[in-house]
Amino acid sequence: MTIEEIQQQIIEDFSGFEDWMDKYGLLIELGNELAPIDAKYKVESNLIRGCQSRVWLHQEFTDGRIIFEAESDALIVKGLVALLLKIYSNRTPHEILTSEPRFIDEIGLRQHLSPTRSNGLLAMVKQMKLYALAYEKISQKNN
Amino acid sequence: MIPDIPLIRKDFPILDQKVNGKPLIYFDNAATSQRPVQVIDRCTDFSRLINGNIHRATHSMANKTTEAFEDARKTVRGYLNAAEAAEVIFTHGTTESINLVAHSFGEAFIAEGDEVIVTEMEHHANIVPWQMMCERREAKLKVLTFRDDGVLQLELLNQLINDRTRILAVTHLSNVLGTVNPIAEIIALAHTKNVPVLIDGAQGAPHFAIDVQKLDCDFYAFSGHKIYGPTGIGVLYGKRKWLDLMPPFLGGGEMIDRVTFQKTTYNEIPYKFEAGTPHYVGAIGLAAALKYLDNLDFPSLEHYEHELLREATTKLSSIEGLKIYGQAPQKGGVISFNIDGIHPFDLGTLLDQMGIAVRTGRLCADPVMDHYGVENMVRASFAFYNTFEEIELFYKALIRLKTMF
Repeated sequence: MTIEEIQQQIIEDFSGFEDWMDKYGLLIELGNELAPIDAKYKVESNLIRGCQSRVWLHQEFTDGRIIFEAESDALIVKGLVALLLKIYSNRTPHEILTSEPRFIDEIGLRQHLSPTRSNGLLAMVKQMKLYALAYEKISQKNN
Repeated sequence: MIPDIPLIRKDFPILDQKVNGKPLIYFDNAATSQRPVQVIDRCTDFSRLINGNIHRATHSMANKTTEAFEDARKTVRGYLNAAEAAEVIFTHGTTESINLVAHSFGEAFIAEGDEVIVTEMEHHANIVPWQMMCERREAKLKVLTFRDDGVLQLELLNQLINDRTRILAVTHLSNVLGTVNPIAEIIALAHTKNVPVLIDGAQGAPHFAIDVQKLDCDFYAFSGHKIYGPTGIGVLYGKRKWLDLMPPFLGGGEMIDRVTFQKTTYNEIPYKFEAGTPHYVGAIGLAAALKYLDNLDFPSLEHYEHELLREATTKLSSIEGLKIYGQAPQKGGVISFNIDGIHPFDLGTLLDQMGIAVRTGRLCADPVMDHYGVENMVRASFAFYNTFEEIELFYKALIRLKTMF
């Protein structure tokens, strides 16, 4: 599935909820289901520090695709991290650079991407894009 | 006298609204308190009718603004019972007030090898300015620690103060632990060793009547936005004997006496410390807030807030896995806590969905987080317009949210 198709699916998954508790309940569930990042990657250099919560982001570049692993100490953030990984991990740099995580806005969770330092989520998206940009440049050079 | 809370709440229009479809429960008063209509009206009426730069012109608009600004200074003087209005300096807030003292007192009185004492429970604003000054002057910053229950270890203060100690800075009321420090006792002790004391009153001033002469503090700093006044305005009270000897903090207009390229001479206090056009609408709004408080019965409000705190503490303590940080016998309306297995960010996010505003995070007090070995906390902080019903709803919300994890 393309990034866009997955985003559409997420939006549909969330559109059924009338009650905010169910929506957050699903995020918490997704957060709980997300496999923890390998302890060796849970290091300072992978840490995106927010005032409210922390996100760790690790990546590897194989066969032209970036594999991301990530985790947060806050469960709701972790749920959103899981969704971001679903759309952005195992993609080519080009795919990552040409799509925005619009689903967060669409499912009514825009406040979690506010440009403050609060939860590290926006910084995570930026960091993923920076990795994509860097790998795209490297790939172009090698070609 | 029992305060008429429903009547008082009517003065605060912001409280009467829904957030995320639920009636707003505002428990983040330690960060910013709400403004009564008396303050809002005073600011808008003033802006509508009067505006001119203060102290700088002969026209009526400027004169009226100057008069209102200086009246505001007199109101603050009266509120703090300062010896004279010139000892009241308007700043942007507590942070600027403390930076001013750290800088200017440091320039005048602190030399290499001297020492400054702060406490482990200070807000970053009462740590970092001193740290910066100590680095500049090659002085040493010493820390008075607190016990796990949130009480300062005053028994250690005696040995911490020595003949190199130049100043002691301590909070009146901890923004995390809620501890009300025995500042009169601390000031008296420090003065026996000729050490002046700065009180960070950001949290204290909104909850207690302050008499700076009776306290005999050398400096007292507080903010408008935490005392039911506007943002961007604050106060530094300082004894004339210190202020006269301290060099200016910022250079610019109003703080000068005469400028030449060879040498500039400075104005008298308080103007020496008020460079540039001050936030006079803020000062006027702050005065309106203090007048508003003067018209309420402070002791009965203090008592009421204490009852709110007691009720909240009892309720919250009954929740399994909930830990409250700070259980000092003398405590103000602040409860910081964590619930086992629930991240404060998650709790804050979900409470907001229920219309309940709390603060979460590190509360601008990394050393307090380190003391308890936690990354974050949730903080509920009360004002006199909060109610027992709100505390009951808060308690029920926490019980409900616990089931989601």
